[in-house]
Amino acid sequence: MRALLLTLALLITVPAVAQNTVPFTARDQTSAEELELQRALQGGTISGRVSIPDTKSGNLVQPEGQAWRQFHNRTLYTVGAVAVLGVLALLWLFYMIKGRIRIAAGPAGRTLTRFNLLERTNHWMVASSFIVLMLSGLNLTFGRYIILPTLGPEAFTTLSMWGKVAHNFLSFPFVLGLVVMFLLWVKDNIPNALDLEWLKAGGGFLNNSHPQAGRFNAGQKGVFWITVLGGAAVAITGYVLVFPFVVTDIAGQQLAHMIHGVLAMLMIAAILAHIYIGSVGMEGAVDAMTTGQVDYNWAKEHHSLWVDQELAKARTVIEPGAKTAGAD
Amino acid sequence: MARMKFLCDADRCIECNACVTACKNEHEVPWGINRRRVVTLNDGKPGERSISMACMHCTDAPCAAVCPVNCFYTTADAIVLHDKDLCIGCGYCFYACPFGAPQYPRVGNFGGRGKMDKCTYCAGGPQADNSAAEYIQYGANRIAEGKLPLCAEMCSTKALLAGDGDIIASIYRERVTKRGYGSGAWGWRTAYKEGVQA
Repeated sequence: MRALLLTLALLITVPAVAQNTVPFTARDQTSAEELELQRALQGGTISGRVSIPDTKSGNLVQPEGQAWRQFHNRTLYTVGAVAVLGVLALLWLFYMIKGRIRIAAGPAGRTLTRFNLLERTNHWMVASSFIVLMLSGLNLTFGRYIILPTLGPEAFTTLSMWGKVAHNFLSFPFVLGLVVMFLLWVKDNIPNALDLEWLKAGGGFLNNSHPQAGRFNAGQKGVFWITVLGGAAVAITGYVLVFPFVVTDIAGQQLAHMIHGVLAMLMIAAILAHIYIGSVGMEGAVDAMTTGQVDYNWAKEHHSLWVDQELAKARTVIEPGAKTAGAD
Repeated sequence: MARMKFLCDADRCIECNACVTACKNEHEVPWGINRRRVVTLNDGKPGERSISMACMHCTDAPCAAVCPVNCFYTTADAIVLHDKDLCIGCGYCFYACPFGAPQYPRVGNFGGRGKMDKCTYCAGGPQADNSAAEYIQYGANRIAEGKLPLCAEMCSTKALLAGDGDIIASIYRERVTKRGYGSGAWGWRTAYKEGVQA
């Protein structure tokens, strides 16, 4: 019996010994430190297999996290601060030098319809959701340094939690509004040769001239395309983050956040200028989005071609049921 | 004070996943959350290594640096913990963490992921030590009882070491000298900006 066992044992061990001629210690050894250094410098993750269902946990080390940290704490912070404060400073400077842009000929008292109820409602749906998205978004980058010390940790968490919920859910009316906005206004926002003239004249801001413009001048077209294209990019990257790991992995989410953050900061800067010129910056401008009725002289000065168009339309369009004077 | 670290000796780890199970059991970690997991590199090929990985309790922790509500804190033993009452579940720590340590109880629900959960080094959280509230939120607090993390304590091959960084590094160095090989301390360069010189 013992002899049999011995033979069996030999049969099992002998081939194993024969195969492993190179001793283990002499074989090529991976070095954790070298591998981590290499990945940190060249990018890429150290990943393997896991036996749990969560396959994304197979990432052992992902050094890109450090790059993302650098982006979030330095780049985004700087870009945001410079863009937002820079635009506010420029607007303040502009206001100090030029003051409010008046209607040169004074208000005429007669008005034209510039935006109908649908256009105005949609504009304010986009605008109000944008304000909340902007504030809750800025809070994630700057709140920790500005609001947290004043509010204290508990109140700041409550604020940020609601901010996060609002940010996620108000994206839906924002995006819906962008789609409607695009459909309503795209036909008047196609760039043309007139826009070059307008831009060459600096929009007339500096020399108080009034370059010709149709329904939208080059500046407004700029705001339109920034809103539509920027908004689309911010929305797509935002939804990638709202549904984690549905469309992309961790590297994709880091990239999505980076695009989302930088574009959002730039959009905020642009929209701040839009808010300024649409309110305190210019007499008569805000009426377009409140009552929808703009002063005739304001329209003449800023959108001369559009006024001509509207007047021509009014002359040709005959209201249904209208009768020629003296017909009855 | 000690500087607590984890060190997984990949040449000893046999991927039994007992550390994972012990962790889940000790802290009653819910379904879908793994504070610790075992990753096998080069599975089935020459040079296969298994490494048990959890939060490494980094020096200058990236999670703490990027947290918008500043909910992380570091204990006197250099253990990185967080306050779940302050966490808003934004997921930023997960983007920044090199080790994929932060876990969320809910995924894909319009970003409502719930409060982040991660390895506490068996040190609980900001609640009173070993209180019921602490146990529900963070799990057991073995450190307060003078014990080391359970995953390392019960590791059958003693591959996973936990304790003061200098002590576990010297244990590892001794092993490498004696057996003549070792792949190094996985994650140390990333987490602590230093390796273990054999």
